[in-house]
Amino acid sequence: MTEPLRPRAIGTSLARLDGRAKVTGTAIYAFEQPLERATYLHPVQATIARGRVTAVDTATAEALDGVVAVLTHVNAPRLASTDDAELAVLQSDEVAFRGQFVGAVIADTPEVARHAASLMGVSYDEQPYDVQLRADRDDLYAPEVVNPSFPTDTDDGDVDAALESAALTVDQTYSTAMQHNNPMEPHTTVAIWNDDGLTLYDSTQGVHAVRTTVAPVFGLDPERVRVIAPHVGGGFGSKGMPHAHVVLAGLAAQVTSGRPVKLALTRQQMFSLVGYRTPTIQRVRLGADSDGHLAAIAHDVVEQTSKIKEFAEQTAVSTRTMYASPNRRTSHRLAALDVPVPSWMRAPGECPGMFGPEVAMDELAVACGIDPIELRVRNEPATDPESGLPYSSRNLVGCLREGARRFGWDRRDPTPAARRDGGWLVGTGVASSTYPAYRQPGSVANIRSGPDGRFTVRIGAADIGTGTWTTLTQIAADALDVPVEAVDLQIGDSALPMATVAGGSSGISNWGSTIVGVARAFRDKYGPDPADGSETEGETPDNPASERFAMHAFGAQFAEVRVHADTGEIRVPRQLGVFAVGRIINPRTARSQFIGGMTMGLSMALHEHSVMDPSSGHVVNHDFAEYHIATNADVGDIDAVWLDEHDPHLNPMGSKGIGEIGIVGAAAAIANAAYHATGTRVRDLPITADRFLP
Amino acid sequence: MQAQITLSVDGEQRSLTIDTRTTLLDALRERLGVTSPKKGCDHGQCGACTVLLDGRRANTCLALAVAHDGARITTAAGLEDGDNLHPLQQAFIDHDGFQCGYCTPGQICSAVGMLDEFEAGHPSHVTQDPTGPQQLDDDEIRERMSGNLCRCGAYANIVAAIRAVAP
Repeated sequence: MTEPLRPRAIGTSLARLDGRAKVTGTAIYAFEQPLERATYLHPVQATIARGRVTAVDTATAEALDGVVAVLTHVNAPRLASTDDAELAVLQSDEVAFRGQFVGAVIADTPEVARHAASLMGVSYDEQPYDVQLRADRDDLYAPEVVNPSFPTDTDDGDVDAALESAALTVDQTYSTAMQHNNPMEPHTTVAIWNDDGLTLYDSTQGVHAVRTTVAPVFGLDPERVRVIAPHVGGGFGSKGMPHAHVVLAGLAAQVTSGRPVKLALTRQQMFSLVGYRTPTIQRVRLGADSDGHLAAIAHDVVEQTSKIKEFAEQTAVSTRTMYASPNRRTSHRLAALDVPVPSWMRAPGECPGMFGPEVAMDELAVACGIDPIELRVRNEPATDPESGLPYSSRNLVGCLREGARRFGWDRRDPTPAARRDGGWLVGTGVASSTYPAYRQPGSVANIRSGPDGRFTVRIGAADIGTGTWTTLTQIAADALDVPVEAVDLQIGDSALPMATVAGGSSGISNWGSTIVGVARAFRDKYGPDPADGSETEGETPDNPASERFAMHAFGAQFAEVRVHADTGEIRVPRQLGVFAVGRIINPRTARSQFIGGMTMGLSMALHEHSVMDPSSGHVVNHDFAEYHIATNADVGDIDAVWLDEHDPHLNPMGSKGIGEIGIVGAAAAIANAAYHATGTRVRDLPITADRFLP
Repeated sequence: MQAQITLSVDGEQRSLTIDTRTTLLDALRERLGVTSPKKGCDHGQCGACTVLLDGRRANTCLALAVAHDGARITTAAGLEDGDNLHPLQQAFIDHDGFQCGYCTPGQICSAVGMLDEFEAGHPSHVTQDPTGPQQLDDDEIRERMSGNLCRCGAYANIVAAIRAVAP
């Protein structure tokens, strides 16, 4: 048990400390740094899916007034390391996917850069390519581990025998679409290369992660790379690690004699270059007795990676811990394709991986004639089925029960296609939600006392919209036992002490634990009345409890769906999420995180589908006109609440991460509600109108 | 080709020579250092670049600067009255109508323009009777604000913020 922090500022709905800057638009994002003599970089992308660049005609572009330099694989500066193939930009003539960088123009203005890039004539030797994911491919392979380091396969008990003898079985295949993160702020890097080294104003979820990754690529000592990101316009995973554009900007900055190079990917370019969620094909088999007690769960996943760099989404991992079943099997198989590198997108693993099983549970509930909430309650494990460890806290049942009460579940008639309101068929659905409570080592915080009882708290953390500026200030205030007004927080700069990336819903747990540990050391050393300039620095304390407990957040998602009987139009007038996530640091920003995740889950359920064209190797709907994300008019009455959960084993704040759990299960709840409304079971996302037409 | 234009930006007269291909958004951000309007898509699909252009909400990424010589532009930075935030700005803070903040200046300018449109009697796609008296209910707000995307998913709070300020 970690010594808990006494909450005073924690738990209050402090308004965002960066609120004024954001509502006036004066918060400075990466591209907006005021810099003298800046140049603009516009990339040139491959128009083939695989092959070699045989020639690049740069003469017309170079002759244009205002062009500073043109880069191709022939003349680009050499990188010190090309170990990471995604980051080996312009180092060879090989094209590994459509949209890969094959050149770039640096110019005095964005208009000239863009025009010149359009004048670059690239010739190719095009080779056969393969971009189609199918479950029946004969070249699927098992990766060594799945993201980040989970076993690829698990097999406990005898699943086949249990399925054979089960009174009831579900055996269905589900699929989720390829999706792109699409933060509103494009991926942006402003690079300056001079005698001091490399400075990057970058739109990133982790300034230190960028520094650590790109320094060896450029052959620089990490101390000579500085990364600055005070405000970041969303990321959802795609800004969790540097992608190729950061390297391209760094290459360009080497040929501009110290002039800054500004690169913002266009929205279209973001569909090729900054990661995406792999499509998944999930076969789920459930075996149960006639009362719905699970005897077997099998979850076999097929998904894709790129040929140049492996990313193996951990889609079936949540199945290992979700429900009690003596016989459990999970597997992941990958197709390596000539496609861009997949990567993290909000709740990688859990988000797609809770779609198939949570719809399958709904199908089992129908098969058993048991209420879907009751079915889940009956399969609640006493300990983590995977590790055998007790849960530090697990309140899934509480979430389901509280959600049922708030949503009016007791009035639900389970009969499908039995409710009509005018031309609309109406139904409700439920699904479980979960996300691991991660805590990583390796962050460092520095606390220094100033005059007038003020404290400067320094840590290279990130605020990607999650509220870090506000919530870390609240934690620091309680840790130092001072009002929030006495804390000056500094984040978003690699010149500050090392911090982990804002990912895996672990930021506040990592950074907050570190700040609390350092604050305690500071008070132990300097007491309640420290002299001006007193200073303590320290690392994230260990948490021995993480060896003794399984630590996860849980939730329950509810949705009401209306499907038009004639057109198949689908609407979601109501969504409710109930979560058990330890102590809430700030109810105002927490609710935003939850409903934001649920809104993205609605978007996943109904809209998002990156369409990979097999005849070009290209995502053809690569803008917001054709890759639909939820708009204001798509969202109805949406709310999120939480249980008063106390978990002494997590961290001194008693908090679990909340950035990702809101999306997990949301699409399954909507799919289950759509079945209840119509009697049509949709097992493939997104759920579109044509599925409901006769 | 270059052209000389003058813009009134948040009450300040600004003259500049521009490439005629320059969008109003790039003129503001890259030439005048006015970065309150944001570039999210550059194709009029996201609304992050919304300002009040001669009093009406407009996507500045779809406007060529040369076509707006003499225009009066108000960005979210120009909505403040001295040190006092515009009521919509305060409502966005109170209702947490944003997370990352990147779409926010555009959302707020759009909301200001939208409320003016409603006051002027403009119907929307969801208006039941365009000729009768109108009520700015949540469905109307949602519909009229759907040109402004928010990937953080703050829509419910944006609607609450606008509802709190709407007449």
